[in-house]
Amino acid sequence: MEKPFAITLDPGSSLANRTGSWRTSRPVYVDRLPPCNKQCPAGEDIQGWLFHAESGDYESAWRHLTRDNPFPAIMGRVCYHTCESACNRGQLDEPVGINSVERFLGDEALKRGWKLTAPSSETGKHILVVGAGPSGMSAAYHLRRLGHRVTVHEAGPLLGGMMRFGIPKYRLPRDVLEAEMQRVVDLGVDVQLNSKVENILDTMQAGRFDAAFLAVGAHIGKRAMIPAGDAAKIIDAISLLRSMEGEDKPLLGRRVVVYGGGNTAIDVARTAKRMGAEPLIVYRRTREKMPAHDFEVEEALQEGVMVKWLSTIKQAGDSSLTIEKMALDSKGFPQPTGEFETIEADSLVLALGQDVDLGLLEGVPGLEVSDGVVKVGANMMTGHPGIFAGGDMVPAERNVTVAIGHGKAAAKHIDAWLRGDQYVAPAKHEVAAFERLNTWYYTDAPKTVRPMLDIIRRQSTFDEVQGGLDENNALFEARRCLSCGNCFECDNCYGVCPDNAVIKLGPGKRFQFNYDYCKGCGVCVAECPCGAIRMEAEEI
Amino acid sequence: MSFQPLHFYQTGTFTVGNRLLSDKDRTVQADIGRTNSLNSGHRACQGCGEALGARFAIDAAMNAARGRLIAANATGCLEVFSTPYPETSWQIPWIHSLFGNTAAVATGIAAAIKVKRQKGEMGDVRVVAQGGDGGTTDIGFGCLSGMFERNDDVLYICYDNGGYMNTGVQRSSATPPAARTATTMPVGPEPGNAFGQGKFVPAIAMAHEIPYVATATVAGLHDLEYKVTKAMGMRGARYIHILVPCPLGWGAASQDTIKLARLAKETGVFPVFEAEHGEVTGVLKIRRQQPVEEYLKLQKRYAHLFGKKPAVETIARLQAAADKNIRKYGLLDQEAN
Repeated sequence: MEKPFAITLDPGSSLANRTGSWRTSRPVYVDRLPPCNKQCPAGEDIQGWLFHAESGDYESAWRHLTRDNPFPAIMGRVCYHTCESACNRGQLDEPVGINSVERFLGDEALKRGWKLTAPSSETGKHILVVGAGPSGMSAAYHLRRLGHRVTVHEAGPLLGGMMRFGIPKYRLPRDVLEAEMQRVVDLGVDVQLNSKVENILDTMQAGRFDAAFLAVGAHIGKRAMIPAGDAAKIIDAISLLRSMEGEDKPLLGRRVVVYGGGNTAIDVARTAKRMGAEPLIVYRRTREKMPAHDFEVEEALQEGVMVKWLSTIKQAGDSSLTIEKMALDSKGFPQPTGEFETIEADSLVLALGQDVDLGLLEGVPGLEVSDGVVKVGANMMTGHPGIFAGGDMVPAERNVTVAIGHGKAAAKHIDAWLRGDQYVAPAKHEVAAFERLNTWYYTDAPKTVRPMLDIIRRQSTFDEVQGGLDENNALFEARRCLSCGNCFECDNCYGVCPDNAVIKLGPGKRFQFNYDYCKGCGVCVAECPCGAIRMEAEEI
Repeated sequence: MSFQPLHFYQTGTFTVGNRLLSDKDRTVQADIGRTNSLNSGHRACQGCGEALGARFAIDAAMNAARGRLIAANATGCLEVFSTPYPETSWQIPWIHSLFGNTAAVATGIAAAIKVKRQKGEMGDVRVVAQGGDGGTTDIGFGCLSGMFERNDDVLYICYDNGGYMNTGVQRSSATPPAARTATTMPVGPEPGNAFGQGKFVPAIAMAHEIPYVATATVAGLHDLEYKVTKAMGMRGARYIHILVPCPLGWGAASQDTIKLARLAKETGVFPVFEAEHGEVTGVLKIRRQQPVEEYLKLQKRYAHLFGKKPAVETIARLQAAADKNIRKYGLLDQEAN
């Protein structure tokens, strides 16, 4: 090549200069575990399904969600959404309304008639599920998806278990419950209603089942020793809520006293209010100590439910109750004060917790029962090989979401056990803590509040109290997600690298580092909004 | 009107791209097909703000000029680290001038293009001149003022890192007060650079009443690209002054480059605005105001202000200067975020 005066070298590109050799530490793309996912008792990939919802692809979001939990419309109404308490956005403004988006997706699926994915092949194994509540139906769904034949035996006349007989209509409309249950049945799950299993081993042998999952729930109301006159009307909360589902509504009278401080006590009081009664909750401790969720207490108070704190019931007469006032001691335990009071009461409802009917387990070798619940291992299996259990009948927090989580976990372990194997859950990623985020990049956006039914209708009808979001605000709410710990392709790393050492792979494919030129400055790590890049020391 | 951020799309337009936005609402830098005018393999320090600012600006200019662009480059870091003979990182027609005459060289190129176009020998090609603050506010200032006064058809871009960094961090007329450099050591009654009269070239450019003057930082990419694109859509002398943090000269961690630029804007230390024909037409409002300490304490060039006996008075003077910017340009707004 002919060169100009004083030029002796050909023009070259700086690409010959591999500046990657300067590096002492390197950025690495990672996926961290969002706190919501970590918190979810049903093991939902919340950030994962929100990612699809953010782009308006609700069907993909719903399909992603139902990989873990087949009941989003139910969840969107009754789940206590502890995920929202864990949400990192809560430290920025307010948590993402995960529960309301879940409900929107659930309702959208029902509206559009989306079907669950059927199994691609059959395993030939046959599994017995006892109880058609949240845990049993969740297990049935997951087992069916894994290709197993599933038969559900339900003692009651309808599907849903405690979701039907324990949760009032104003929180969970029955058409929603029916529809989500039916969708699981449509996968080819055989359900036998009014078919109580008296002895599990006999039933398993008769039906030649390969394994069983027990989820009979806790349907026996606990009684308290309260001296009572012959005419005193005392019923337990769970029987009362169950009878609300039948034709003959219970007769409670005008003054209904509910004894207890859990969510069931609140449900009963709000139900009584809707039947025209004047409910009064009697609870031995203070509001702060109440096991019921605060928002439920608040909603009950709004509707005109009265509460007597720091009180125990000493005696029940035919139209009155004797109450003793309590005082909290230095340790926060209620102690009797010797002060008594008489209040009017046409009926007394005991909401003091529930026990499990363990009759079907009599004579099963190896099985261990303690504190009225069945012991299970980490794999959800009881002491008897092949019999698994979950939901309210095993030691755990009792709520729908936990029960659904048990059903999913049990299904995976049963599937592995049938193959003579053990299911080992994949290792969890490290948590995407708030400190990992660069929140500068997120748009300021306060939470969308769901509409509430007006107070008059809440006091007199069983219409659903909390409304849903429409498409616009559901989309807005989904887009409030910070995508903690998981790349959402904002292009920041690609844009802010001073060395063009980030390769953009295209939509859905994320990015790659070009370590030939990456000098390891760490700007991409600092400017990644969601904490999906980590700096690692180079071996030098 | 200044750049208007888009809201309610998860990250809106704060991030470089956003999969939820249409392509036209994303930046040039988000594009897989961006020019990468300043390519990999350059020898800038880790986390160099100037390398980043230059790619941001020139890629946007290339995009606006549909690839028909010539850049003249003053001596300085940008030239030294990008083009050690015989290699270059530039993927555009690029010419290296002396330290002080870039504006004049660019003027010459623009004049030559004008003549060739009149003769029908070539189509439209746009001209950009670029340099650091040393080559712009000190050494090349005469040529620059001449270019403004003649209203030559050149976009001049100054990458301001507040000193002569590649020669060993000496003071320039753009070095901020109290900052330590090799020539303004933290000794004596007023340690660091003196509180002088200041020399804010964007204001001087505005005094020339040229068609367009703007400031920007590497922390506001959408804003920066909007300004370059707008400037490229105009004719005559245009000036854009971009704050580019220098990890070496400022004594900052390499990963804090963008954070520092962001803090400079959020504290009011560096006002981000645009002006047409000598009048301010838009400002980028402060979104989350911060005290100047947040900006200063990340930089070792201000380390002498902190430590056991903080220089409270000096910090207060720097805060007062930032507050004056906020007042003067109206950087605070209730509705801004």
